[in-house]
Amino acid sequence: MPFRVETFDRIEDAARALAANRNARFYGGGTILMCAVNAGSQSFDTLIRINRNDLGIIRAEGDRMSIGSGVTMSQVLQSRDLDFLHPVAIAVGGPAIRTAATVGGNLYAAAPYGDFATALLALGAEVQFGGDGGSAMPIDQFLADRDRHRERIVSNILVRRPGDAGSFRFRKVTRVKPKGVAVMTLAALLPRSRSGIRVAYGNMAPTPVRAAAVERALEGANLDEAGIGPALAAATRGLSPASDALASQWYRQEVAPVHLKRMLLGQAG
Amino acid sequence: MAKKPLQFNLNGEDRAVFVADGENLLDTLRRGVGDLTPKFGCAQGTCGACTVLIDGEPRMSCLTLSETIGGSRVETTAGLGDGGKLHPLQDAFMRNFSAQCGYCTPGMLMAAKALLDRNPAPSRDDIVQAISGNLCRCTGYEPIIRAIEEAAGMARGATGAGR
Ligand SMILES: Cc1cc2nc3c(=O)[nH]c(=O)nc-3n(C[C@H](O)[C@H](O)[C@H](O)COP(=O)(O)OP(=O)(O)OC[C@H]3O[C@@H](n4cnc5c(N)ncnc54)[C@H](O)[C@@H]3O)c2cc1C
Ligand code: FES
Ligand code: FES
Repeated sequence: MPFRVETFDRIEDAARALAANRNARFYGGGTILMCAVNAGSQSFDTLIRINRNDLGIIRAEGDRMSIGSGVTMSQVLQSRDLDFLHPVAIAVGGPAIRTAATVGGNLYAAAPYGDFATALLALGAEVQFGGDGGSAMPIDQFLADRDRHRERIVSNILVRRPGDAGSFRFRKVTRVKPKGVAVMTLAALLPRSRSGIRVAYGNMAPTPVRAAAVERALEGANLDEAGIGPALAAATRGLSPASDALASQWYRQEVAPVHLKRMLLGQAG
Repeated sequence: MAKKPLQFNLNGEDRAVFVADGENLLDTLRRGVGDLTPKFGCAQGTCGACTVLIDGEPRMSCLTLSETIGGSRVETTAGLGDGGKLHPLQDAFMRNFSAQCGYCTPGMLMAAKALLDRNPAPSRDDIVQAISGNLCRCTGYEPIIRAIEEAAGMARGATGAGR
C-alpha cells in the first residue's frame, strides 16, 4: 500500500481515522516519525495530522496550566507561565529539533528519549485525549499502558506549577555537552512539607517510571546528607535498566545514587 | 497516489511544487526546486547539514514533512548573499577558515543566522548552544565559533551598535 498522509480540520475526525487504522500514526512535530519515514519503516503506512494548530495552546485552567500536545519545546521556552519547565525543554535535542519536537510526541517517545515526559511524571501531570470525550488520565496510568493509547490523540496536558520555589528538580545525565541523549534523566517534586513527594527516572526502564522506594524513604526526611541516606540506598530498588550503546545496566545502577544525591542536595556536576 | 500541490516562499521568491505523501522538505528543496545548498547527511535529524529557517526558526529540513509548510517563508544558504556580496557570516567563515570539506557549512550558516537574527550580541555559550545540533567532522568547531563571534561583531558594527 502506498504511503499516505491524511489531514483533518477537526480533532474528532482525526481521532476517528486514527482509531480505525492500526497502521496509522498521529503526526506531532515529526522528529521521531520522519526518521522512521526516511528510513523506510514498514511499521506504519499512514500519517494523520490536524490542519489548524488548535493543539498549540498554553493556558491557565484553574490552578493548573494546560499545555496543548502540539506545543513545541521552543514554545515552552518562550512561555513565562511555564518557566519551571524551561530547564527541561532546553535539554531536549538541539535548537532545530526543539522548534519541531512537541510535548505530545515526547509522551510517546521510546527510551532513550522522553525527558519532558519524565519531568511531567514527577510533576504529577494529567493527560487529556481529544475527540473521544474521555476524562483526564494521571500520567502514571498513561505511561504504564502507553502502547494501548497509540490509537488516541492526546489533546493537552494539565500540570500544576510547583508550589514552593525550588521544589521541582530536574537533571539530565549525558555523555556529550551541551546536547546529548540521556544516560538517565531524574526529576523530583519535593514539597517543603515533605509529603506528596514524587521522584521519576527516565531511561531506567522502557518508559519513564517513578522511584517508589526513593519516595517512601524521603517522606518527612531532611534534605541533607544524613536525611537522604535511606533514599540513596533505595535508588534503584525494583528497577532493571537496559544496557544500550550509552551505558550498561551495571553502570546505570552504580551511578543512579550519585546523580540522585546531587539532585536532592542541589549540587552541581 | 496523486501528488499534492504546495506553495511557499523560498529566499524571497514564491514557489509552487507538487510533493509526494511523506516527502521531506530536504528532498523538496533539492529535487523539487533545485536548491542544492541544504545538504543530505543522515536524514535522522542528527547532523544538522540540512538546517534551514522556516518562518525565521531553525529546522531540520530532513525531518520536516513538506506538506506542513504551505504558506511559510523558507530561508536557505542560497539566499544569504546579496548579489555578489557575501553575508557577514559567509565572509567571516571564509576569513576564519571555518570550512574544510564544507559539507556542514550551509547548516552551520543557517543555525548561526537563526541565532544572530534573534540575538545580535551572543555570548560564546549562546553560540555553542546554537550550533549544538550541527556536526562538523573537520574543523574542531573553534574556527566556526570564532567566525560567528566575528560576524556578530561585524553586524553590530554595521548597525553602529559597536561592541
Ligand atoms: C537528533 C534528535 C535528538 C533528540 N533529542 C532528544 C532529547 O534530548 N530528549 C528527548 O526527550 N527527545 C529527543 N528526541 C526525540 C524527539 O525529538 C522528542 O522526543 C520529541 O518531543 C518528540 O515529539 P514529536 O512531536 O517530534 O513526535 P512525532 O515524531 O510527531 O511522534 C512521536 C510519536 O508520538 C506520537 N504522537 C505525537 N503526538 C501525539 C499526540 N498528540 N497524540 C497521540 N500520539 C502522538 C506519534 O504517533 C509517534 O508515535 C530527539 C530526536 C532527534 C531526531
Ligand atoms: S540530514 Fe537532516 S539532520 Fe542530517
Ligand atoms: S568542514 Fe567538513 S564537516 Fe565541517
